[in-house]
Amino acid sequence: MKKNWPILVVDDEDVMCESMGAWLREDGYHVDTAPNGQKAVELAKCMDYAICFVDLKMPGGMDGIETMMEIHRVRPEASIIIITAYATVDTAIQAMKEGAQEYIVKPCNPQEISMLVSRILKLKKLQSENAILRKKLNRQYRHYDIITKNPRMEEILALTKDVADLRSTVLIRGESGTGKELVARAVHFSGNRAEKPFIVVSCAALTETLLESELFGYEKGAFTGAAAQTKGKFELAHGGTIFLDEIGDISPKLQADMLRVLQERRFYRLGGTQEVEVDVRIIAATNKDLAEEVQAGKFREDLYYRLNVIEIRLPPLRQRREDIPLLAEHFVQHLSSALGRDVSGISGAALKILIAYDWPGNVRELENVIERAIVTCRNGTLDEQDFSWLQRNAGQPQNWEVPDVPLGELERRAIVAALERKHGNVKEASTALGIDRSTLYDKLKRYEIVH
Amino acid sequence: MNGLYVVAIGNLPDNALDWAENAIAEWFPFPVRRLPALPIPEGALDPKRGQYQSVELMKMLAQHVPSDAIRILGVADVDLAIPMLSFLFGQAQFEGPVALVSLRRLHQEFYGLPADQTLLAERTAKEVLHELGHTFGLVHCSEPTCAMSLATHIELVDTKLEQYCTRCGMQLVERFTSKEAMV
Repeated sequence: MKKNWPILVVDDEDVMCESMGAWLREDGYHVDTAPNGQKAVELAKCMDYAICFVDLKMPGGMDGIETMMEIHRVRPEASIIIITAYATVDTAIQAMKEGAQEYIVKPCNPQEISMLVSRILKLKKLQSENAILRKKLNRQYRHYDIITKNPRMEEILALTKDVADLRSTVLIRGESGTGKELVARAVHFSGNRAEKPFIVVSCAALTETLLESELFGYEKGAFTGAAAQTKGKFELAHGGTIFLDEIGDISPKLQADMLRVLQERRFYRLGGTQEVEVDVRIIAATNKDLAEEVQAGKFREDLYYRLNVIEIRLPPLRQRREDIPLLAEHFVQHLSSALGRDVSGISGAALKILIAYDWPGNVRELENVIERAIVTCRNGTLDEQDFSWLQRNAGQPQNWEVPDVPLGELERRAIVAALERKHGNVKEASTALGIDRSTLYDKLKRYEIVH
Repeated sequence: MNGLYVVAIGNLPDNALDWAENAIAEWFPFPVRRLPALPIPEGALDPKRGQYQSVELMKMLAQHVPSDAIRILGVADVDLAIPMLSFLFGQAQFEGPVALVSLRRLHQEFYGLPADQTLLAERTAKEVLHELGHTFGLVHCSEPTCAMSLATHIELVDTKLEQYCTRCGMQLVERFTSKEAMV
């Protein structure tokens, strides 16, 4: 039985209800019949009919149009098909104006009815799938899906809500794995552009020319292999949001092009002579310090200021350690069901290990670590032995690249990092750095570090 | 043992009931019995449409169901219709005892073509299986060659085979052993 799509037949003639009902039941539908409008509305209150066949002329009481309007009052989603014995343009127009989906003259060909019903139901199926997917998508990116009890993160979430409805450009800064795209999605999906596209472009993944055609699109014949006119990401994001990840990595030429789009919301497709105008909100993200890049002459100052209208700085996970247990629990629940493993929780000892670890790869690394632990876990709870490899790795010297900076700068950075790790505790930081407290104070003064 | 009854309504071409009975015997494990022919009920003809109201024939069949009948199938050679639809190849009570098949639109002559008895016999068998299938709770099948697929014009009848697809066939056998279906 196609029980999800019940059908109602409303006609004052018994023979009509009976025969039409029987014919539709043979097709597998649940069919109810009503001899008048009042009974039809009563039935509609109890059953969510997908389609109602309603006779236009019914003696006494409500006619077909009135019945349709009353059914729509209780079931706005129901598709009404008005049936009449006489085709008149006026009644057809009136029926359609009042909200009928179709208007058919009886008797009609069985094929016509069969196709009409399957066409309406196909549309309804798509609509309901669409609604479910939208709901899922919105759920995925609602603010409370960003799990935190860290005051700085809470401030950031409040800010994303405040700016959600604006068109101003947002620049999200944060180390790799801190959730920059998640925050960008939260801004998009909680604002008035939520129903429109959210397009992600990873600027570092493509070469200059590829990125250029990816962003702006191209005309047919713009270059070898440009077989047809193709829209770029800016056009695809029209009405919505474009998220430009790793914006700090784009070439000087693209920086100039991007500046123009930001200023005018207009651009040319590659090989094009006609300007394309778009209404797009831009959210950019970087793990680089763009101010430093500007000073070093690697990033255009004017573009930096255009991008940096609203700045969101995401803290690394090691600066929001109170969130580690919450995030770990969340990943355990989510990943164990996704991976089909029966892992229900995480022990206190295991959490201690996770809290102590520095997470250079941030939340993404935490998620991967939990996934690995779930896969190898032998009982229902993640315990310290499931993370013992993490401790071993943490104890070993990391392979790190020494940046090309003066020695003093290296020292300054080491001190700032140690203070961050030790939550500003000078005594612990000095121990970690292997110097005494007074030396550390001297250096803080020399490097003008405020902690 | 209770049987499946077949009855002619009005005049039929020679052998028409044999075609129906052979198809039934191949798929249904019940004795097939023939009842004396019934007349076309008075008042069934809709003079405006020049067609016969299927509902009237169904009502008459329902009044003639023998007490030991599992199902009753009426076969007529008149053009059937219901108020909503311009024609019907047949009709059935869904999960009920009565089924009806019309040969009218199964004749090649109806479409202005020369008569073809073999084709008529095949089409009759397909429609008999289709309508009886409904009385045992089978709904329309999406497999175009299955006897239970919906035919809204004669080409679709010709696409079908004189058999149920595996899924419908299995469902039918299940229904033969279900108490509710056999009431």
